[in-house]
Amino acid sequence: MDIHEYQAKELLSEFGVEISPGGLAYSPEQAVYRAKEIGGHQWVVKAQIHSGARGKAGGIKVCSSDEEIWNAAEELLGKRLVTHQTGPGGKVVYRLYIEQVADIEREIYLALVLDRNKQRVTVVTSTEGGMDIEEVAATKPESIHRLEVEPAVGLRDFQARELAFALNIHPEMISQAVHCIEGAYQAFRELDATLVEINPLVVTKDNHILALDAKMSFDDNALFRRPKISELRDKSQEDSRETAASDRGLSYVGLDGDIGCMINGAGLAMATMDMIKHKGGEPANFLDIGGGASPDRVTKAFRLVLDDENVKAMLVNIFAGINRCDWIAEGVIQAFGKLDVRTPVVVRLSGTNVEKGMQMLKDSGYPVITADTLSEAAEKVVAERNRVAEAS
Amino acid sequence: MSVLVGRDTKVLCQGMTGTQGTFHTRQALDYGTQVVAGVTPGRGGSSHLGLPVYDTVDQACQAHEVDASVIYVPAAYAADAILESVYAGVPLVVCITEGVPILDMVKVRAVLEHSDSLLVGPNCPGVITPGECKIGIMPGDIHRPGPVGIVSRSGTLTYVAVDQTVQHGLGQSTCIGIGGDPIHGLDFIDCLALFEQDEATQGIILVGEIGGTAEEQAAEFIQGQVSKPVVAYVAGVTAPAGKRMGHAGAIISGGQGTAEQKYRAFEKAGVTTSRNPAELGALMRALLEH
Repeated sequence: MDIHEYQAKELLSEFGVEISPGGLAYSPEQAVYRAKEIGGHQWVVKAQIHSGARGKAGGIKVCSSDEEIWNAAEELLGKRLVTHQTGPGGKVVYRLYIEQVADIEREIYLALVLDRNKQRVTVVTSTEGGMDIEEVAATKPESIHRLEVEPAVGLRDFQARELAFALNIHPEMISQAVHCIEGAYQAFRELDATLVEINPLVVTKDNHILALDAKMSFDDNALFRRPKISELRDKSQEDSRETAASDRGLSYVGLDGDIGCMINGAGLAMATMDMIKHKGGEPANFLDIGGGASPDRVTKAFRLVLDDENVKAMLVNIFAGINRCDWIAEGVIQAFGKLDVRTPVVVRLSGTNVEKGMQMLKDSGYPVITADTLSEAAEKVVAERNRVAEAS
Repeated sequence: MSVLVGRDTKVLCQGMTGTQGTFHTRQALDYGTQVVAGVTPGRGGSSHLGLPVYDTVDQACQAHEVDASVIYVPAAYAADAILESVYAGVPLVVCITEGVPILDMVKVRAVLEHSDSLLVGPNCPGVITPGECKIGIMPGDIHRPGPVGIVSRSGTLTYVAVDQTVQHGLGQSTCIGIGGDPIHGLDFIDCLALFEQDEATQGIILVGEIGGTAEEQAAEFIQGQVSKPVVAYVAGVTAPAGKRMGHAGAIISGGQGTAEQKYRAFEKAGVTTSRNPAELGALMRALLEH
């Protein structure tokens, strides 16, 4: 789960990471009022969307007067920002964060990530802040330091000091930097984060170390024990199809194509999407209905796929192990009975009770197109999609 | 022989009295697996499915010889259950549970480094040696004894690979589902090494997916240290960056973990690859006949 910059900053500051004075605004009036509350002479109005690279997309504006703040807020609220992380659909700005402008001496980088190879939480720092770390890794790899944290003992003071010295922090400010690095680590560990990224972390001219931007992501599997983090979820930043699916307990990812998919198992779902592409089509979604899917669950999943108006044809691919093909067939028949299905549907069943399932589909009288293999199913669904596209 | 589990493997089930534990223990018993006991805290001294139930793994291990433990407890308690078996000295721990918090697994991994126990999973279908021992949730009846070792990050794709070998008259030595989580137990390399040493295994099918670099490392390992033929398939060529595709570990991040990178690594290492899971059986057969 992702959260907004202002939420990440609030959380990190609870763990001792210093931030600039700032506040949230939902309207131009509030934005101007916030700036007054915060004080100072110059402010940044920052669009809050779940994406980095907001500056390049015009989502961050520096203002020096009430009028400038008002205009910036008015322009940004309701605007759809497109960055390289949001995809072409972009994300709509509903919240703004108003922050005092910091007097920056230099920009550095601090992140905590999970290193899958080392199987450890890892601290990553760089003396080069303010740009994508992938870019830094490509152009100035020598500026990057990595430190793996031993889970039994956690991040030690000496390790945080080593990192701080490697960042060329002035000796008088080392303890401040250590406090910041350890705070970020504690936030990561105690909130079950999967990412804490402070980019840039800045050293100010008056000798403070501030988190100028902050990004945090959390482990969905651990949300059961982090109710406060769950409260930070902002559904306006999610694909509405994905929100509807997660509310129904289905694993769904919206994509840009027009062939709807309903599959059991995450791996087989990906394999099916790949096969559709291989046959010249584009999948509209990833959808895993899971093991032991009941007919009701199949009907729900069916509705979800067909609710997407881009979908021109649909493919159901089931390899029944724990699932049973007759249950899936019953679910498909139920869906045809309950919904006004005008989209061509190709069904491929294999595994437990496959003959029974196929017979049920045949006997139902509904126009279900059946296939024996994944490759045949993908070919048929792409052909159906092309037929529908030509007819419209 | 086969790897990890066989005819003589004695299995303990943690969470045996729950719905999942009951269902799958019954299936395992029907398959012929030697399940010797179950563990459910607070139910010690009772019996379930005709097997004794203990309060702790340690008690069960004192009363029985235990070679492997299978875990069906809820995600919030799964890491604890793994550690309980590791501390009791169970040689093989298979965790089926999906949704275990990542930082719990980071701690488990740190303990495993100083232990002789092997972990399979979590978030996996388990391990099966056809006709001998089934530990996990895979449908037993699709498997046939044979010469192909299968290792996979995905459950249903393992079944597809199994089906492929059966359709081409091959069958499997052992199938290992290593699980779809970013931090887990046995990795591709561990399983490849086991299959390489196993006399019953003549060829290996490896099923990978997007996320991480385990496939790239496997490719390098195969090139250097595996003499048996390997066919590799990677799911997720069409998966977009930054989106988690069902499995917690199936995500392309920071330009790393794409299916294309993984295919390139396998091809560079001279490993036979397939873009179509329905070709796995034929490719394996051709390599074995060669």
